Amino acid sequence: MISALCPTGPDRSGAVSTLFVLLAWFGAASGSSDAAVDPAVLEAESARVAVMDRAKDAVVAVFSSSGQGGGSGVVISPDGFALTNFHVVKPSGYWMRCGMADGRIHDAVLVGLDPTGDVALIQLFGRDVFPAAELGDSDAVRAGDWVFAMGNPFLLATDLAPTVTYGILSGTHRYQYPSGTILEYTDCLQTDAAINPGNSGGPLFDSQGRLIGINGRCSFEKRGRVSVGVGYAISINQIKNFLGDLHGGRIVDHATLGARVAFDAEGRVVVDDVLESSDAYRRGLRYGDEIVAFAGRPIGSPNALKNILGVFPAGWRVPLVYRRDGQRRDFLVRLAAVHGRSELIEKTEGRQTPLPDPDPDPDRRKSDPNEPAPQEKQPTPLLPKGLRERLAGAARPRPPEIVEQHHEARRGYANYFFNRRHQQRLWEAWTDESQLAQAKGLWTIEGRTVGGQPVRFELDDAGVVAQLPGGEVKWTAGDEPAANLDPPQSGGMLLALHLWRRLATEGLDCFGEVYYQGMALRNDWSKRLDVLVGVHAGVECRFYFDPEGHRLVALEMTPDEAADPCEIAFSDFRALGKRILPGRMEVRHADQRFGVFLLDEYTLAPTAP
Amino acid sequence: MTTIRAQLALRAATLAVALAGGALAASGLAAETPSAATETLARVLPRIVKIHGAGGFRGLEAYQSGMLISADGAILTVWSHVLDTDYLSVTLDDGRRFDARLLGAHPRLEVAVLKIDAEGLPHFDLNDGIEAAPGTRVLALSNLFGVATGNEPVSVQRGVVSVRTSLAARRGVFETPYDGPIHVLDAVTNNPGAAGGAVVTRRGDLVGMIGKELRNANNHTWLNYAVPAEELREPVEAILAGRFAASPEPDREKPVEPATLDGLGLVLVPEVLDRTPPYVDAVRPDSPAARAGLRPDDLVVMVGDRLVSSCQALRDELAHLRREDPVRLSVMRGQEWIEVELKPSP
Repeated sequence: MISALCPTGPDRSGAVSTLFVLLAWFGAASGSSDAAVDPAVLEAESARVAVMDRAKDAVVAVFSSSGQGGGSGVVISPDGFALTNFHVVKPSGYWMRCGMADGRIHDAVLVGLDPTGDVALIQLFGRDVFPAAELGDSDAVRAGDWVFAMGNPFLLATDLAPTVTYGILSGTHRYQYPSGTILEYTDCLQTDAAINPGNSGGPLFDSQGRLIGINGRCSFEKRGRVSVGVGYAISINQIKNFLGDLHGGRIVDHATLGARVAFDAEGRVVVDDVLESSDAYRRGLRYGDEIVAFAGRPIGSPNALKNILGVFPAGWRVPLVYRRDGQRRDFLVRLAAVHGRSELIEKTEGRQTPLPDPDPDPDRRKSDPNEPAPQEKQPTPLLPKGLRERLAGAARPRPPEIVEQHHEARRGYANYFFNRRHQQRLWEAWTDESQLAQAKGLWTIEGRTVGGQPVRFELDDAGVVAQLPGGEVKWTAGDEPAANLDPPQSGGMLLALHLWRRLATEGLDCFGEVYYQGMALRNDWSKRLDVLVGVHAGVECRFYFDPEGHRLVALEMTPDEAADPCEIAFSDFRALGKRILPGRMEVRHADQRFGVFLLDEYTLAPTAP
Repeated sequence: MTTIRAQLALRAATLAVALAGGALAASGLAAETPSAATETLARVLPRIVKIHGAGGFRGLEAYQSGMLISADGAILTVWSHVLDTDYLSVTLDDGRRFDARLLGAHPRLEVAVLKIDAEGLPHFDLNDGIEAAPGTRVLALSNLFGVATGNEPVSVQRGVVSVRTSLAARRGVFETPYDGPIHVLDAVTNNPGAAGGAVVTRRGDLVGMIGKELRNANNHTWLNYAVPAEELREPVEAILAGRFAASPEPDREKPVEPATLDGLGLVLVPEVLDRTPPYVDAVRPDSPAARAGLRPDDLVVMVGDRLVSSCQALRDELAHLRREDPVRLSVMRGQEWIEVELKPSP
């Protein structure tokens, strides 16, 4: 759907007052005729009006800084973070202006982008507490449920109050093809509430005013770019999965399984092809295996798998159930990125990227030569005069101070400022509790195996030495850290421990490349963890932090993209002096447990001798 | 004149809605709760099917909607180009896919019935269809834009019957041979692929079938309408009874001296395709066809009660008629439906 400038003017709530007029009309009708209106009807009506009146406060009219377009959005947290569409902010650069229902206009900065899912996160400035929408559960809604959309369609309103359109859900878990653009709508909601140009990025609410989706796309065809009762919203549950990554200022990528599926002759969904470099292959998935369930949802068609795949960011681990020779097996599969890193950047920045085409078959749309193309022939809509002056800032060549304070450009990021902020948040909370950053000397950790055999680890800048039941193993720092993945079958435990210490002692700036990835699932399907990724000398290490305790609960060290990582899970945290440190360390590699070590005593020297 | 009629109808529609407003809200209270529609849908959605057939080029969709009208797989849909193929497929709500055959069609009423080989299917009973008064709140179920595939449920829209009126069938306004009663709806229901879908009350009673997309040639507005259930009953019964069949039964008797195109004075267009539609290329002077008023460019749609979709089908059908008997033909002249009788030359 194309984005169009769509604001509103000085009446405080145009849409809602229209409803009051209707209500009054119903009252008048009942007064002047024999048709008595059941009081329950009026009650239901005023309840609906009240829900909409509350919901409108969080709705945002987004105006591009370039003056080239705009759309809608919705605030989702009191600190001003708001959701909109990627295609709404695309012409804007990194800042925009946003109007709210009470008529105030705020500066806003771009925070994160999900170009494939057509979602953008922005932050509004200028209030202590922003009215925010309550997030709903888009998997709990059904076709036939009442819903309403709010936003900024066309240029109907004369103030900044949102327009409301009302309807039902026409379908759920819909799949809409990318149609030649990067934007793919997976698992989306379909509604007959009017979604028009300018509604893009705005909220779809359930009948209780909970946010269930972000409107972004419509099916149009020969009738021009106006609603024909077929609009699509990105489901809020999908956005929740990406929200952590978006908060991290990243350009988020979607995921692939590394396997292709198709119907077989019996109508089962079977693996048609699987990449040998994929995690699914390493976990044992093979040609001909029947896919039974994915992420807890049954798979009835190849499209269903595509639908579910689309709601997860790359890097997540998701449960997959398959059947082979009548036997059911399940495992967690790590999802890989759909795009190469530079490919994603190009597609995000590329000026040639067309706006999402509303029609799955573009040729068809142009098929009728007699059909006027209303969008092209309509004059560019003008903002109401008063509003145009108030928005004059939109024509300012330079972004306001507050935006500059919250923006840092870096290739591959929507806004690195937010990424840096999250890196620091995690690192500071972790090192504050563990006091590990202060221990720049030798780390000696003594403990035992679960069988009671003693173990001892010595870590310093030069390397790692471990006394294990099988004898001594050593790893020495050098040019090619991944050349030594000792002990055997561990996947590189010593190297992983070295990187753990390195993150603590060297800090974010000296580790190598570090970025905050967002929130992800690892082994526990119900628990989302903060993820910090560090790349040192070509070795990628993912650090997982518990968002509540700020504890480093796991790290995964991947020496080579096509290999399984060495996974170390820390648990049994306890106070050792002023520090809170893990009392248990479990090491796994390629579906096998390498060992469990109970860590009894830490001796952490503050400086090198 | 027609336009004025249509406009009057639309005004009447608005008025009817306005008048029905108060009562409508009161009677619709139960349906106002969020779950009422979803319960109806759970029952009704499995009766809607996705139909795939001919098309996919030049703005012609290769899909439309249909509704099950018998437990053994009779499907009501609109007569359209989509059905003009030997490879019709029907996908049920549960994802099962069937090859379908065209049982018959009534081109003037734009009604067709397909058949799949299945049993125990959920279905509408056309005899239970209700007459919906203006102001009735309805749900429209169809696979508009082909959004749903496989076992995905088709799309649902909500609306109100604005008026019951007659479709003014005149060339240049609405291009359709159908000129019977329709329900005009206040929602954009008649989208690509929606034709053949069902319009039901919020309780799930059948109101009608979503018609083909129609655009008013004068003011370029699109009409959203459904053909009332009671209008569908008769043609469907006729089709199920074997009239309007798509192909002749193979064991039907052939007379020794059958009627022929030559004998009737009809020259058809050259057959460039397997299924070249039987357009009249020329009419021989003083022939039965000329006397009946047939003209070049007329499209022969039916011989008697039988559908003929190609030049070959027309010739086959004539082969079953005796030369001395009159031949009833139904032809389309532009959007005009014309029925003629060709009396053999003495």
